[in-house]
Amino acid sequence: MDAPEAPLPPVIYTMENKPIVTCAGDQNLFTSIYPTLSQQLPREPMEWRRSYGRAPKMIHLESNFVQFKEELLPKDGNKALLTFPFLHIYWTECCLLKMSPSFETSITYARYSGHFSSVNSCLFCAKTRLDTEVYKATVKDDLTKWQNVLKAHSSVDWLIVVVENDAKKKNKTNILPRTSIVDKIRNDFCNKQSDRCVVLSDPLKDSSRTQESWNAFLTKLRTSLLMSFTKNLGKFEDDMRTLREKRTEPGWSFCDYFMVQEELAFVFEMLQQFEDALVQYDELDALFSQYVVNFGAGDGANWLTFFCQPVKSWNGLILRKPIDMEKRELIQRQEATLLDLRSYLFSRQCTLLLFLQRPWEVAQRALELLHGCVQELKLLEVSVPPGALDCWVFLSCLEVLQRIEGCCDRAQIDSNIAHTVGLWSYATEKLKSLGYLCGLVSEKGPNSEDLNRIVDLLAGLGAERPETANTAQSPYKKLKEALSSVEAFEKHYLDLSHAAIEMHTSIGRLRSAKFVGKDLAEFYMRKKSPQKAEVYLQGALKNYLAEGWALPITHTRKQLAECQKHLGQTENYLQTSSLLASDHHLTEDERKHFCREILSFASRQTDSPGQKIVLPLHCFAQLRDLHFTPSNAVVHVGGVLSVEITLCSQMPMPVHVEQVAINVHFSIEKNNYRKTAEWLTKHKTSNGTINFPTETSPLPVPQNNLPALELYEMFERSPSDNSLNTTGIICKNVHMLLRRQESSTSLETSSGVALEDGAHVLKCSGVTLEPGANRITFRTQAREPGTYTLRQLCASVGPVRFVLPHLYPPVQYDVYSQEPQLRVEPLADSLLAGIPQKVKFTVTTGHYTVKNGDSLQLSNAEAMLILCHAENRAVIYSNTREKASDALLRVQSSDKVTSISLPAAPAYHVIEFELEVLSLPSAPVTGGESSVLGMTESHGKHKDTQKAGQCMATTDHKVSIDCPWSIYSTVIALTFSVPFRTTHSLLSAGTRKYIQVCVQNLSELDFELSDGHLVDPDSNADLRLVPLNAKSPQHIHSKQSVFFVWELKWTREPPPSLRCRFSVGSSPASGGRLSIPLKPYTYEFRVENFFTLYNVRAEILPPSGTEHCRTGSLCSLEVSITRLSDLLEVDKDEALTESDEYFSTKLMYEVVDNSSNWAVCGKSSGVISMPVAARATHRVHMEVMPLFAGYLPLPDVRLFKYLPHHSAHSSQLDADSWIESDGLSVDKHVDEQPDGGGGGRCRGSAHLASGGEHRGLPMPRLQALPPGQVFNASVGTQVLVIPSKDDHVLEVSVT
Amino acid sequence: MAVCVAVIAKENYPLYIRSAPTENELKFHYMVHTSLDVVDEKISAMGKALVDQRELYLGLLYPTEDYKVYGYVTNSKVKFVMVVDSSNTALRDNEIRSMFRKLHNSYTDVMCNPFYNPGDRIQSRAFDSTVTSMMIQVC
Repeated sequence: MDAPEAPLPPVIYTMENKPIVTCAGDQNLFTSIYPTLSQQLPREPMEWRRSYGRAPKMIHLESNFVQFKEELLPKDGNKALLTFPFLHIYWTECCLLKMSPSFETSITYARYSGHFSSVNSCLFCAKTRLDTEVYKATVKDDLTKWQNVLKAHSSVDWLIVVVENDAKKKNKTNILPRTSIVDKIRNDFCNKQSDRCVVLSDPLKDSSRTQESWNAFLTKLRTSLLMSFTKNLGKFEDDMRTLREKRTEPGWSFCDYFMVQEELAFVFEMLQQFEDALVQYDELDALFSQYVVNFGAGDGANWLTFFCQPVKSWNGLILRKPIDMEKRELIQRQEATLLDLRSYLFSRQCTLLLFLQRPWEVAQRALELLHGCVQELKLLEVSVPPGALDCWVFLSCLEVLQRIEGCCDRAQIDSNIAHTVGLWSYATEKLKSLGYLCGLVSEKGPNSEDLNRIVDLLAGLGAERPETANTAQSPYKKLKEALSSVEAFEKHYLDLSHAAIEMHTSIGRLRSAKFVGKDLAEFYMRKKSPQKAEVYLQGALKNYLAEGWALPITHTRKQLAECQKHLGQTENYLQTSSLLASDHHLTEDERKHFCREILSFASRQTDSPGQKIVLPLHCFAQLRDLHFTPSNAVVHVGGVLSVEITLCSQMPMPVHVEQVAINVHFSIEKNNYRKTAEWLTKHKTSNGTINFPTETSPLPVPQNNLPALELYEMFERSPSDNSLNTTGIICKNVHMLLRRQESSTSLETSSGVALEDGAHVLKCSGVTLEPGANRITFRTQAREPGTYTLRQLCASVGPVRFVLPHLYPPVQYDVYSQEPQLRVEPLADSLLAGIPQKVKFTVTTGHYTVKNGDSLQLSNAEAMLILCHAENRAVIYSNTREKASDALLRVQSSDKVTSISLPAAPAYHVIEFELEVLSLPSAPVTGGESSVLGMTESHGKHKDTQKAGQCMATTDHKVSIDCPWSIYSTVIALTFSVPFRTTHSLLSAGTRKYIQVCVQNLSELDFELSDGHLVDPDSNADLRLVPLNAKSPQHIHSKQSVFFVWELKWTREPPPSLRCRFSVGSSPASGGRLSIPLKPYTYEFRVENFFTLYNVRAEILPPSGTEHCRTGSLCSLEVSITRLSDLLEVDKDEALTESDEYFSTKLMYEVVDNSSNWAVCGKSSGVISMPVAARATHRVHMEVMPLFAGYLPLPDVRLFKYLPHHSAHSSQLDADSWIESDGLSVDKHVDEQPDGGGGGRCRGSAHLASGGEHRGLPMPRLQALPPGQVFNASVGTQVLVIPSKDDHVLEVSVT
Repeated sequence: MAVCVAVIAKENYPLYIRSAPTENELKFHYMVHTSLDVVDEKISAMGKALVDQRELYLGLLYPTEDYKVYGYVTNSKVKFVMVVDSSNTALRDNEIRSMFRKLHNSYTDVMCNPFYNPGDRIQSRAFDSTVTSMMIQVC
């Protein structure tokens, strides 16, 4: 055959590479088997166990079967692995009837046998002839030669395959010879390695035996291959490592080493182990990088200097071929530059990564590579022509992108923009810098120098590669075109920029998009198309503002200012200028420049009035604080208010402002109590300074730049009684806040600033604002009363208005007007009658000016004196309670009128002075009839009010005052309280009578009482009042009482009633000297029926035979009622009956024991007829039983007048007496019925019915006898009751 | 070492940003600001996992020709961004991590200061010196 002189088959460095297996022996036999073999071999994976602890892998084996030639065997030192034959197989057949071509072949092979010195491995596929002679004659020789060749090359991976055909065997039925041939071969060649000889039975048949033998053979083949891999690769790796360890030796070459390790990578790639292949390249990459780093650190390797040669070619990465042979050869020849090496390395990595389906890693690594290369060139100080690297990077970026696009579909690319966008923007950036470098961005286009540079750059690109020559959009063509003309550059640059922006936006990288956009804006500005630039600048600025990045804001604004200037957007430009002029991130000069821009505009435009430019104030100056004088911001009509503001000018130089104005909103809130002069002057006491929050400019402006809330408290009062109905907070600028936000408003436009025109403006003209704080004072005279809210601050510089649209917090001042007014109030809580008291007069002048000679005319009240002292002083205050002056007050009193001449006082002032008044205890207080308890309610003749027992009686005095400002009189009521309350009572002792007067001090003051008198104003000669009192004066403390007692004596029959007048002098105990004598306090009362008519005596006697009463035992109660006088005037009433000159009256007695000490047995009450004669006595006997032991008071015996039913008088008994009378009411009617004692039983129902039932019936009535007429002689008497012996069981029966 | 260190509030405005004095400050401001894109991306992409692992270091945000930008985010979503010179190849991931940790500690100290209002610019001198030490170390 052809073999020996035929050239080596060219190594095809593609994926088609397969490990080489050589075939020797019967070539025809192999050819017949080859199809099945090549099909079956990769069918099943085999586990490849690796050395160095690498993870085992399942691997599908394929092989390239080539005819065995000695040249294929590697010579010593040849490191090529790709061409390395990993296995050698010898094929032979057991039975061969005819002389086949294979036999000839085997003879041909024999020619080489002489070269075989050692045969280590050989699969001698001996198609053994039937007879061993054939074997001995030809095959053995052949095999021996083959083995010797292998041995000579120390190749140990061999296999002998013996193919046997069954058909033959059946005919012969002689197994032994066949067996013996295999055995022979084993014997001859496979000493100790009998498994090196494999039998393949009937390979072309379809039988189970065939299948079995195939399987066994394939397994053996695979195992052998893998073993060979392991061994040979292991050896190779060891060698490689050894080589690597020598890297510090002087002669070491990276390129050589590169080739060696790449060989390994190739093999892995061949075996489809791309991961492993990639690892090899990554190792090379890392090794090289480390060298570069070390070189940079001064640890230079000789071989590296070679890579430092100047860059002459920059044609970018080539990724379209699996292997860039051109570059590889350069490396092999050690002529590669750094870029060549990197490009080649990356192209290999890229290929492998794409095999591994990791295109995104390619993109990521590409970016790293490009950055890295740029850095490495810098580090190694390689000379690079300007722009060359930009070209290289640009081309490479596009190449990588196109390569990735070439192997992915659209959807995949779209969903992985994040990985590729970096390359896009990098390419954009590089194209941009190329454009700037080559003068393609300028307006005029490139000059000759630029053109030369372009030519140089294009030269460095070389010719376009054949692979891309037919691609329209190849990176090469793109770059060439872009550099060819200004227009082409613009097109390409815009394409790239827009693509980059779009991609950034689509994956949400807005900031990056804005950043690219800013570059684009810069480009447009260079191209003098500011209108296109503006959009991008605004967009970027909005973004920076929103996130508060001060420096980018300043920078972008500067660009924007330029742009706006070119566009002629005066207003926007001025606004941006003002912002820039106040920007502290700029230099002083820059700020001044922008400030001058504004000022020059302002001065230029003065001749064309009308056009106003409204700019926000905050960038021009900031309002710091505001101060009112007067400080409470309340001023009366006509008063002067000054407002002082501190404006912090942000400008870097003094600015003359023609006018500073504050717009004021005026509102009248008439019905608001809070707007009255009284409330305002009293309650609004701020310190007058309002601080405005400084704008925190560095922090981000809130996204929604809404005006601040203007909140006010709100009270709604009911119109009738001024009570609070509702309260709440209202927002006055809802219309501003709830406005729909225009989505497209830029932050820089002045849309929110509107100039308000108000009627009320505070102005200040011709102010020069120095940088920093300036104080500006506005003065205004208050005119209309109402509330003034400061709303806008506006500074005018020429036609430019700097406006602060809203003052926040809201600032207001109030103007009020006030009617003159007089108020008179007691100094203390209440005025006391009878002693001098101080009263404060307050004259609020309001709008009236008090002139000299104006006076108050007081018409005197009868019982109230105005005490005039020598010096009364009046104090004049301003409305804000600041003391203005004081003056002497003249008070002139005549009979009817007291005139107080007021000191002169200006309007809106307050005159205050005090006067002493004295309320005289005018008419004596009279006591009414004595009540049952002897108490008399005192009734004044004037309107007295008396509530609870502890309240003082009061007297009102009305004073009418004529004021100079009014034709009407002012009537003022002063209320005086009477400090004392006086009560009297009548006391009896038998027939002797005493009058007791109790004076109670209700006030807080202590008094002294002197000269207590009780007189009978009728001067009844028969009566005498004998005082039994202590010596006066007597001290009466606050809230205490003093008693006076007189004995009443008479000589003749006393009158039925007696008038008395009590008088006592009183003066404050601590009053000191009193200017005038005080009138005594008097009290009049009347005492009636004071003469004693009946003497009632009760006595309890123990049961007969015992000394003491006992509980539970009945005792007798003896009651004797004795008449003490004959018929008197007082007896003449209806109860009196006359018969035969004898008079008698009907009385009812009643025994009541309220303390339940006694049980009254039998009748407790009865009616008796009493003769009206002295010493007439009536005795009543009844039985009572003590319920307790001890000294018990006697039960009460009450006596009533028993009036017949036709009496016109109404019963004097109140309801209480009825109830206490213990079932009496019913019994009264039935009169003397002995069974009246049923009281206990019918207590409840009878009394309930009593009121209405008795009204219509002719019923007798009861009238209590006045206390003076009955003397109970046994009151206070007690009886000793001793406990009964067996008081444990006490049975009480009450009937 | 670091040429720019920035602390960025949750709302993405800078609380602190300082760059090597020799360099163009503006460039770094732009760079740090742009890097927030990647920070946001990383936080949202692995937000859940990040919280679970308590991994605050975001790694390399993106490289540029001359610089490498690294990110770190605290649990309260305050971001630290550090820009390192690309030529400074000696700086490994672990060192960047430890620098961030140091920065975080210093930031925590700032937050512990009762006179510091969260959200205000950081003006602490201690923090400043920490940053300075990071910037000087190699330069």
